[in-house]
Amino acid sequence: MKITEKDVKHVARLARLHLDAADLKVMTSQMDAMLGYVDKLNELDTDGVEPMAHAVPMSNAFRDDEVGASIGIERALQNAPESDESCFRVPKVIE
Amino acid sequence: MKFQDLTIQDMRQKLLAGDLSSVELTRACLERIKATDSTLNAFITVCEDESLAAAEQADQQIAAGNMGLLTGIPVAVKDIFNTLDVRTTCGSKILDNYVSPYDATAIAKLREQGAIIVGKLNMDEFAMGSSNENSAAGAVHNPWDTERVPGGSSGGSAAAVAAGQVVATLGTDTGGSVRQPASHCGVVGLKPTYGRVSRYGVVAFASSLDQVGPVAGNVEDCALMLNVVAGYDPADSTSVDCPVPDYLKNLNAGVTGKKIGLPKEYFIDGLDPEIKQAVDAAIETYRQLGAEIVEVSLPHTDYSVACYYLIAMAEASSNLARYDGVRFGKRQDPGEGLIGMYQQTRSAGFGDEVKRRIMLGTYALSSGYYDAYYLKAQKVRTLIRQDFLKVFEEVDLLLTPVAPTPAFKIGEMVDDPLQMYLSDIFTIPTNLAGTCAMSFPCGFSERGLPIGLQLIGQPFAEDEMLQAAYAFEQATDWNQRVPEV
Repeated sequence: MKITEKDVKHVARLARLHLDAADLKVMTSQMDAMLGYVDKLNELDTDGVEPMAHAVPMSNAFRDDEVGASIGIERALQNAPESDESCFRVPKVIE
Repeated sequence: MKFQDLTIQDMRQKLLAGDLSSVELTRACLERIKATDSTLNAFITVCEDESLAAAEQADQQIAAGNMGLLTGIPVAVKDIFNTLDVRTTCGSKILDNYVSPYDATAIAKLREQGAIIVGKLNMDEFAMGSSNENSAAGAVHNPWDTERVPGGSSGGSAAAVAAGQVVATLGTDTGGSVRQPASHCGVVGLKPTYGRVSRYGVVAFASSLDQVGPVAGNVEDCALMLNVVAGYDPADSTSVDCPVPDYLKNLNAGVTGKKIGLPKEYFIDGLDPEIKQAVDAAIETYRQLGAEIVEVSLPHTDYSVACYYLIAMAEASSNLARYDGVRFGKRQDPGEGLIGMYQQTRSAGFGDEVKRRIMLGTYALSSGYYDAYYLKAQKVRTLIRQDFLKVFEEVDLLLTPVAPTPAFKIGEMVDDPLQMYLSDIFTIPTNLAGTCAMSFPCGFSERGLPIGLQLIGQPFAEDEMLQAAYAFEQATDWNQRVPEV
């Protein structure tokens, strides 16, 4: 086994997902199969190979820090499950 | 002539000649959708009132002599594009009630050229899937055989064009999501070079791989759609600021003297014999058209599925962190505080495939595993890209199958996610390498299912690739067949 139910539970917590006992079992076996498969990458010697973050040899697209057009507060809040004046509301964080 | 038989060029001519108004055309389109979509389920949202209002305006534009590339022509887009004041669900329950507060750049460009956006197309949830079975809006049915999948994730985008519901659509392609459904539905689908089309306002899946691509009924219409959406956008810092050619201009340049490579790793034992036969015949057609065919090697092909899924899942787990029930989407709040709200919202809102990918991606990025999985995959990605760059020193284009089999039956692969992932083997490497590629019809199986051919072009050489596809289309009649829907 590459991964145990205990590991999967930990990852679910990191990913903010709740898995019940049945889900946990299925998820563990499917993740185990997938991790077993991707192990094949270890057949390749990648010492000295530069990692590639994306497909275009380009980094840091800078622009001037200028105020541009934006959608405005009303638009930004239109899909909020809960809002209050110009803010998003969330469940209480600090007791 | 029936609405579903018209091309974009036909529509343009009729609109310009005054033989047809945009309102008539849009009505015919909406009727065609109504008549067929209970069978196909290609649309998630149809914008009837908005499109008829836009059609009236288009008719005035045409009367005033202001004809853009798509003025008055009804098109549709995958439900992954933010579309002002229209619901954008991305095939997910978690965005069921989300209404876009702005237009994606690709949508704005369609509107600039006068297109009528008649609706939003079905897709695998968050573009994760190869069959369009992972949609909160239900599976899409293949117009050629409604018991079969249309492919995915842009299944709705391909099925809608194949069935003549709309003349052209936009999809997105992260690992083959435009090309594979185009192949399974017998239409033309193109994945531009990474950076060619702006992704601003496109719901992100795997940011280093995602690209917007057009789907159409023929190569010329596909080239026209690419003309509309291609180009640098300051709002997308990964779009590339380099000149965009007119893709329609030299379409009939032909392939005489072009060198086309056949990567030997793509012609493997597992390939369906009917696919092999169709692709072999296509190779012969190209030879007769004057191309030089040579065998080449992309030695790291066999590692691309593993490399792709690690990278795509890692990036997805990060991109999908934003669906937390705070700023948009459906919140589930059991009263257990903020973390409890996050967990319940995400657990109720995401489907199984999306959860599986978030989990694997989170694991691959987690402390202690990052180097072994994500970093390793990024290094292998470099090797895969180098394979392509090296081969492109020798040849102009690569020719390959799109998928190892024709469209499979709905439900056939749902219990075996890994098997489904492996079916993306021929489309994934180009996303990793960042080159352009396209799929177009090259035959049919004995059961009457379409078979697609893939051409892979050099980065930013979409024009050369389209010319080669056009030459094939002119020499054959595969795209003349239409499904009975």
